[in-house]
Amino acid sequence: MAEWFAMGGHGLYVWGSYAVTALFMIVESILVVRQKRTLLQRLGRMMRMNSEVE
Amino acid sequence: MNLFKYSAPSTFYPLAGKLASGFAIASVLLVVIGLYMSFFVAPTDYKQGEGYRIMFIHVPAAWMSMFIYIIMAGWAAAGMIWRTRLSSMMASSLAPTGAIFTFIALWTGALWGKPMWGAWWVWDARLTSELILLFLYIGYMALESAIDDPRRAARACGLLALVGVINVPIIYYSVQWWNTLHQGSSIKMNEGGGLDASMTDIMLWTLLIMTVAFWFYTIAVALTRVQRIILERESNTAWVKQMLPQEDK
Repeated sequence: MAEWFAMGGHGLYVWGSYAVTALFMIVESILVVRQKRTLLQRLGRMMRMNSEVE
Repeated sequence: MNLFKYSAPSTFYPLAGKLASGFAIASVLLVVIGLYMSFFVAPTDYKQGEGYRIMFIHVPAAWMSMFIYIIMAGWAAAGMIWRTRLSSMMASSLAPTGAIFTFIALWTGALWGKPMWGAWWVWDARLTSELILLFLYIGYMALESAIDDPRRAARACGLLALVGVINVPIIYYSVQWWNTLHQGSSIKMNEGGGLDASMTDIMLWTLLIMTVAFWFYTIAVALTRVQRIILERESNTAWVKQMLPQEDK
């Protein structure tokens, strides 16, 4: 197992590559979903506020 | 089925949501298979040992960085020619993902270059033109956020995207046109029309699976982002107001 993690002495480079790639892809997918949801909620609130005023 | 129906943001929005979920699930499955193959199935490279496994994300990310730019420029061109609102929204939704894959290609390239070449970075044609691609994506996003009127922003960004397309063949052919430290293409067409790959079949399959996974990821993320862009631009229209009570839970 430790040998596998060492990647023949290139562990830092291999894991550094995969970790940063995973980080970017996970963060980006969370962000796009959250931004869409936040906007939907904001638009919904604005619509309710407008309908109460009328 | 009338495809043009979906060029209207109101009909495209629900379709984009459904497609995004499907592609997201497919992408996760393929990433799991691809990672398993990258680390447990693909053999040790006879020249580069285990370090070569960086290739399974470096090459797909580099391919995606160029593919996405071409598609982005295509949407931008469509938006400028036919003035369709959705086209420029699609172009905008691709730029951040393109920038991310360009950064990943540069980052993993540096981490691959250090053990193999002894340098994180060299100013050669392949690396420099890929760095320019990153600047093009960042320039596109900066230009877009600097112009308030969406239609003027779309025109300015479309122009930038189209001019920048010239950089893509430069990146692709840089390893043939100039002397460079970067190794040649991993896969290329031979004169008989077949494919030549400088690797074993199993490595090639792993590479292709990771590439398709990155494609599906890009489609899922870009479709979700375009949904947000559609909502932002169309927030005052009747269809958004009608849809909101159902979606906002």
